[in-house]
Amino acid sequence: MSQAPQVLDSDASNKRMLAVVKRQKWQDLLFHKVTMGFSLLVLLALVSIIISLFYSAWPAFSMFGIGFIWSDEWDIVNDKFGALIAIYGTLMSSAIALLIAIPLAFGIALFLTETCPTWLRRPLGTAVELLAAVPSIIYGMFGLFIFAPLFGEYGQPALQSTLGQMPLIGPLFGGAMNGIGILAAGIILAFMVLPFIAAVMRDVFEIVPPILRESAYGVGCTTWEVVRYVVLPYTQKGVVGGIMLGLGRALGETMAVTFVIGNSQRILPSLFAPGTSIASTLANEFAEAGDLHLSALFALGFLLFIITFIVLGAAKILIIRTERAKGFKT
Amino acid sequence: MKKIISQVLLGGAVAAFGLSVSAADITGAGATFPYPVYAKWAEAYKAQTGVGLNYQSIGSSGGMRQIRAKTVTFGASDKPIGGADLDKDGLVQFPAIIGGTVPVFNLEGFKSGELRITGEVLAEMFMGTISNWNDPKIAAINPSKKLPNQTITVVHRADGSGTTFNFTDYLTVVSKGWAEKVGKGAAVKWPADSSLGGKGNEGVAANVARIKGSVGYVEYAYAKKTSIPYMRLQNKDGVFVRPDEKSFAAAAAGADWGSVPGMGLSIVAQPGADTWPISTASFILMYKNPSDKEASAGVLKFFDWAFKNGQQMAIDLAYVPLPDSLTNLIRTTVWSQINNK
Amino acid sequence: MNKSLYARRKLVNQIGMTLSFLAMVLGLFVLLWILLILFKNGFQALSWSLFTDSTPAPGSEGGGLANAIIGSLMMVGFSALISTPIGVFAGVYLAEYGDESRTAEVTRFVTDIMLSAPSIVLGLFVYAILVAQVGHFSGWAGSMALSLIAVPVVVRTTENMLRLVPGSLREAAFALGAPRWKVATYVTLQAAKAGVLTGLLLALARISGETAPLLFTALNNQFFSANMNAPLANLPVVIFQFAMSPYDNWVNLAWGGALLITLTVLVLNIIARVLFREKVRA
Repeated sequence: MSQAPQVLDSDASNKRMLAVVKRQKWQDLLFHKVTMGFSLLVLLALVSIIISLFYSAWPAFSMFGIGFIWSDEWDIVNDKFGALIAIYGTLMSSAIALLIAIPLAFGIALFLTETCPTWLRRPLGTAVELLAAVPSIIYGMFGLFIFAPLFGEYGQPALQSTLGQMPLIGPLFGGAMNGIGILAAGIILAFMVLPFIAAVMRDVFEIVPPILRESAYGVGCTTWEVVRYVVLPYTQKGVVGGIMLGLGRALGETMAVTFVIGNSQRILPSLFAPGTSIASTLANEFAEAGDLHLSALFALGFLLFIITFIVLGAAKILIIRTERAKGFKT
Repeated sequence: MKKIISQVLLGGAVAAFGLSVSAADITGAGATFPYPVYAKWAEAYKAQTGVGLNYQSIGSSGGMRQIRAKTVTFGASDKPIGGADLDKDGLVQFPAIIGGTVPVFNLEGFKSGELRITGEVLAEMFMGTISNWNDPKIAAINPSKKLPNQTITVVHRADGSGTTFNFTDYLTVVSKGWAEKVGKGAAVKWPADSSLGGKGNEGVAANVARIKGSVGYVEYAYAKKTSIPYMRLQNKDGVFVRPDEKSFAAAAAGADWGSVPGMGLSIVAQPGADTWPISTASFILMYKNPSDKEASAGVLKFFDWAFKNGQQMAIDLAYVPLPDSLTNLIRTTVWSQINNK
Repeated sequence: MNKSLYARRKLVNQIGMTLSFLAMVLGLFVLLWILLILFKNGFQALSWSLFTDSTPAPGSEGGGLANAIIGSLMMVGFSALISTPIGVFAGVYLAEYGDESRTAEVTRFVTDIMLSAPSIVLGLFVYAILVAQVGHFSGWAGSMALSLIAVPVVVRTTENMLRLVPGSLREAAFALGAPRWKVATYVTLQAAKAGVLTGLLLALARISGETAPLLFTALNNQFFSANMNAPLANLPVVIFQFAMSPYDNWVNLAWGGALLITLTVLVLNIIARVLFREKVRA
């Protein structure tokens, strides 16, 4: 027979329970504040970065004004600077890189998740991850010593004789063919970000519940239709996230780009022409920079940060909008 | 993992032992041009005396910033500082090593030293006014050779460097057009449309080696090491000289080091039948009244040792050690001004 | 059955699959080529002396990467020490209070931006506030730059891992009368601990190969030094310096260093994956 619960002295036990609850309330409050504090620290870091960069860049901005952003001067001896050349190189090479890397990454991810024989899946997947670990300077060296000669010898002439003859886009492929330049930098950059995007795409493709796929196959969809209408929409957020990650790396990549972009402070219509990117300019010229020059470099860094901010912010907003449209709670 | 841990522990033990043995380290920062020889001297000096020289090759401007902030004991600069500026900051300056810059090229059918060039023509090539190798001006200097129809691609340094300063200094002296249009500096606005930049001497050498019809300039050490074809340059006396230790030394010997306050002499385009026109010294900056007298004395001891014992090491690395007359002049006129007793 | 529609769908499928296959072949071909070059050249450089000798001066024979390895280990280690508490606590905040707080939303947005921020700009920032103020380069500045890169990674993965913990577990803890902080730490964090560790390992893998930020902060040191308050040797900058020099032993060491970094990152990634799979299985 179970014992009836003892009748406790309700007053004392109430006091004890109240004391415990009060203590727990304080602990919860402390916990909330502490974790929020660390969270705010991250916010503080971003704000400090923006402020500090702007402060160091101020001498250049005050001297050249807002026109600094679209001025294509870069004369170190006479202290005249402008950001257009570097911004053009950064944006062009990153755009080319993504244009090439996204389809290739999609192809790799598709292969690894849908059609690859199982015994090959693990080693290939590991190879792709391994490539994300290769220091980017290796891509740069590969670019300069192996890719550039081949590109200059075969790739560029081929492009010039085909696409270079077309009316509108012809000038993009004109000029001297040295194997380096904006296009070459974009291609090397593409192979540098390819492993990241491919790995993320593969990961999110794998997370799709098998039941969704199976049902699609069950109603008679072809593989392509399954991927296009079931897998991609489901993993949209992750895929865009992976692309954003790749874009972020492409915009800020220094080593892989510096070796093959040609490091020339001018904007020419041809993609075969040498140019420069913000990160390359920073890495190359920081050491020997005098005072106004240094400030101009900081201004470039600030602008790069803002560009990254804008691009990633736009991508995020796009995702949030699409998700709201689909009915997700955001 | 275990292997790494044991290595780390082993390394740590070695480090602890090593650190306990070494005396105070001396610090310097600046010029990239002489970095290989300073590093070599530092390694040998540490082996002999246990004192380590911590030299940061961050560029002449960085070196200036650090010596002005007094965070290093000596600064190193490829660009000499004027006497008035030196006095204003309480600094003294002396040259430590001599080297040279060499124009290199890639043209089919021409080996090293087979192409002759003058300063004006070189400047025009880099300005872009001469854009093809079969230009009559180049042909005039090389009457016995047949020059091919090949566009000229200019290769320069992407990063700021004393090598560029040396080269543009020379071009400014020999070409009025260059002086007006471009000027001299560790990095300049390269006028030729075809110009592209390589990172470091290696980058320039790699690009010149690869691109047919290219012309560039590298530190002599790289030209020697990579056996990239160089040109013979006409010096002030009209002789087309080859770059080597003899011609650099001739440039240094002919110069009157005491003539400029702070010894900040530029030795480009020096007279003399054997001189190489694009030679330069690299300079050391120190305080007359240093705050850390012991460190300052340590730096002088290092350079004294290097001047006496480091000559062969410098030659091996394709630099030119200072002649004894110059080092004695430095000791008597510059080091005597440093108060580190 | 509508024959023409079926034929068209089949054609589209074939085109799509073929294009994807070609894309895959092209992508993998180039990537594997690069890997092959790295391994071939890197293995030539692997030897005992790589770990015991310090970096050689220009023109000197032999040498190793001992000072660079130790320096990198020290900086990455300190980075881990700094970024773990910040990242984990911020991640806990985002997971626990993330749905109810404006601050959390903003932090999440900011973290995603920082995740893709150009590392060279972060190096510039640390230069401006730490190196320029103090007047000299240092290992501390290098560590700080690396931490700025690592923290967002840890925050995001911690938050994602914590959110994966089934809600029933948390509700059971609440039902037993546990205060919120105990639920967050003793229950949720404990359950997600393997995943959080994964996040940390991924962050370390990410910062091991970063060169650009170290160029402006820790720079490099020719000799062996364990002094964090002065320029510190590290693998990425050494590779950068040696890779295209004219000295053969330097180039050799550069390949060896690159291989070391690649293998380290691979090992860290594999461990992270194994841990995560164990956790999912459990």
